[in-house]
Amino acid sequence: MVLKTEHLNYIYGAGTAFEKQALKDINLDIPENQFIGIIGHTGSGKSTLIQHLNGLIRATSGAIYADGKNIYEDGYDKKTLRSKVGLVFQYPEHQLFETDVFSDVCFGPKNLGLCTEEIEERAREALSQVGLDHSYYRKSPFELSGGQKRRVAIAGILAMHPDVLILDEPTAGLDPRGRDEILDQIEKLQKEQKITVLLVSHSMEDVANYVKRIIVMNKGQVLYDDVPSRVFEHYQELETVGLAAPQVTYVTQTLKSQGWDIDTSVTTIEEAKQAILKALNK
Amino acid sequence: MLRDITLGQYYPASSVLHRLDPRVKLVATLAFIVSLFAFGSVSSYFVATIALAVVIKLSRVPFRFITKGLKAIFILMLITVIFNLFLTPGTPVLEVWKFTITMEGIRTAAFMAIRLIYLIMGSSIMTLTTTPNDLTDGMEKGLGFLKVFHVPVHEIAMMMSIALRFIPILMDETDKIMKAQMARGADFESGNLIQKAKNMVPLLVPLFISAFRRANDLAMAMEARGYHGGEGRTKMHPLEYKKTDKTAYVILLMYLLLMFLTSRYVKIETWLGF
Amino acid sequence: MKIIDGKNLKFEYVKWNEEGQVESSMKAVDGVNLDIEAGDFIAVLGHNGSGKSTLAKHINAILLPTEGSLYVDGKDTRDESKLWEIRQTAGMVFQNPDNQIIGTIVDEDVGFGPENMGIPKEEIWRRVEKSLKAVGMWEYRSHSPNKLSGGQKQRVAIAGVVAMQPKCIVLDEPTAMLDPNGRKEVIQTVRELNRAEKVTVILITHYMEEVIHADKVIVMDKGKVVMQGTPREIFSRVEALKHYRLDVPQVTLLAHELKQSGVDLPEGILTIEELTQALEKCRSGKKLR
Repeated sequence: MVLKTEHLNYIYGAGTAFEKQALKDINLDIPENQFIGIIGHTGSGKSTLIQHLNGLIRATSGAIYADGKNIYEDGYDKKTLRSKVGLVFQYPEHQLFETDVFSDVCFGPKNLGLCTEEIEERAREALSQVGLDHSYYRKSPFELSGGQKRRVAIAGILAMHPDVLILDEPTAGLDPRGRDEILDQIEKLQKEQKITVLLVSHSMEDVANYVKRIIVMNKGQVLYDDVPSRVFEHYQELETVGLAAPQVTYVTQTLKSQGWDIDTSVTTIEEAKQAILKALNK
Repeated sequence: MLRDITLGQYYPASSVLHRLDPRVKLVATLAFIVSLFAFGSVSSYFVATIALAVVIKLSRVPFRFITKGLKAIFILMLITVIFNLFLTPGTPVLEVWKFTITMEGIRTAAFMAIRLIYLIMGSSIMTLTTTPNDLTDGMEKGLGFLKVFHVPVHEIAMMMSIALRFIPILMDETDKIMKAQMARGADFESGNLIQKAKNMVPLLVPLFISAFRRANDLAMAMEARGYHGGEGRTKMHPLEYKKTDKTAYVILLMYLLLMFLTSRYVKIETWLGF
Repeated sequence: MKIIDGKNLKFEYVKWNEEGQVESSMKAVDGVNLDIEAGDFIAVLGHNGSGKSTLAKHINAILLPTEGSLYVDGKDTRDESKLWEIRQTAGMVFQNPDNQIIGTIVDEDVGFGPENMGIPKEEIWRRVEKSLKAVGMWEYRSHSPNKLSGGQKQRVAIAGVVAMQPKCIVLDEPTAMLDPNGRKEVIQTVRELNRAEKVTVILITHYMEEVIHADKVIVMDKGKVVMQGTPREIFSRVEALKHYRLDVPQVTLLAHELKQSGVDLPEGILTIEELTQALEKCRSGKKLR
């Protein structure tokens, strides 16, 4: 599914003392099979934006096109849209409610009105995609660790077979191990299923390792929308809006300012290492 | 945003009313409501209107905030007025189809409407000028005498203030879980009553779990900060009657007296020929 | 002076079945010796389930050791008559900012601890003002906590503990639910308290950037202390940290990788400046040759 937003505006609490423009003129193209990072600090509008993409919030003005069809048109099937654009909320483990893992994952496909075999097939597939085998199926979600619970919740969305998977800070509150496991699994999933993944985060370091495109949000607007190395070139501007480039960017930038002949477009440790070694051997 | 709704609708301002002891405000509101029902005459309502106007002026709360609560009881008021208007026997004034409007009907309907409106406005002023915490404090101290009958007054007040703190958080959480389940295709709107109740399970279970988790955390945090019941606890806002509070009680007494006297001796109704 | 002295601490979580028999048990803390000097800034690192939070709850006597002993400022945590004294000596800040604020107004929440201690009114207000100023939240004293950001809420929670004038503050993953700005705010506040008020700080975290300024770092795994030392000592052992699945700051990792590739860098590089300076040295060294 291809998503496109056109002049999207969202004002909440219109007409009250709390009126606030949460989104300002958002124009984005979300193609198929792309790994995208959305970055912004709390209140930048990133969470509001993703809730628009699957129709949970209706824009004040502007349009969203899903495969060319305006989702705000009368008669547009929002339910299908929600299954095609899977949204994993922050701390998704808080939405688990069934007595066992397997039934919880079945909830989504069941709501799509599929037959029992299909539902169970999808649940099994989704659980294996997040790395949970059948020994977990009949466990209560509350017996699991924080990272495992979160993977169950993500499986609950995957079982709906979304074309676009949006994850709102999927690593919040997890320790480094849980974080790496989840991000690795998402990356694998993206590559294997060739779906589009939008990863919302406030950690540049996390995102830079995985995504091919970064959308930086600030005060409800899109500040940058480019490949990571190009976005991090603006590391000084990023700081002024309360964000920061990965530490390695600062290392190469500092070295350059000290007169080194070095490539500063690095975004990962590996790239930084190569750049520094190359510069040292000059 | 749900969080912007302040429960108990406190309106921050600096006025005599805001500074008044919550016990005074509680007692006065109660007395005002009782006076509306006990002394029903045109002249005493005239007194009540003046008293209300003065209090509103003193509160420095914009008038539209005070009338906000009226929307909620509009239907109730309409029903009361219609019933009283058409179903009170007495001297007919007007006939509409099968119904007769009587002089007495107009009178009771008008009185009922005034009572309800003043009741809401009066209690709105109290909640608008008193923080929920002060209100619970006022109740805790004001009802302190119940301790003799083994009523856990402190605990009830503590529960109330914790509820006040957590209701907005849980409302936010409800909103979030609802959206999360909708993203999984849940439907909270269609279906019959039983279907709808069933559909609430994916919302209610996580909500309860979350409430328990929060309660557990909070209990631990309270313990860590040395909470061990009301015994040996001091208050950062101890309630002590000040001069203004005493004056307020005197004014309240005078108001009640005036209400009593006017309802008894000043019969505007008879002058007007009711 | 020792403020916390724990000897061979053990804590076991026991799961009972319906007949009241022991179904399973898990040692969350397994033979830990703690030795913390007054005024220190101690960081405890470890992944989830390493026992670091369980250990933290012992210091405030929320949990009592199954075996071994723990003295807080000379008081045995098992001595019930000292319970409230201990809780006052060692304050505690928890992970979820929403679930530890009791008051509906910021200043009322900060006053909650002193109220419990039975302190006179004037003194409570003096302390509320002082602690809110110490965490930089004085302007927000009459706000509702619900309208604050995560970092601000945590600072209010810290003020609530500071108002009890503890000698030691234990912070159990206070930044885990915050965004980078909130994290910075909280860590700066804690460092400032440690520096200006000489409060002993025990910071439990899994963010490595937050421990760089600590006097001592303790790494826990499976209920045991597996590494201990200054941040530099700890960070110079990149392989060991990776083994415990801990996050190493990017600069430290980069320095480590470069060293592996033959670049002559010192061990335990912690900041961007250190790395760039060391690299500069390498380059000029090469030029001279």
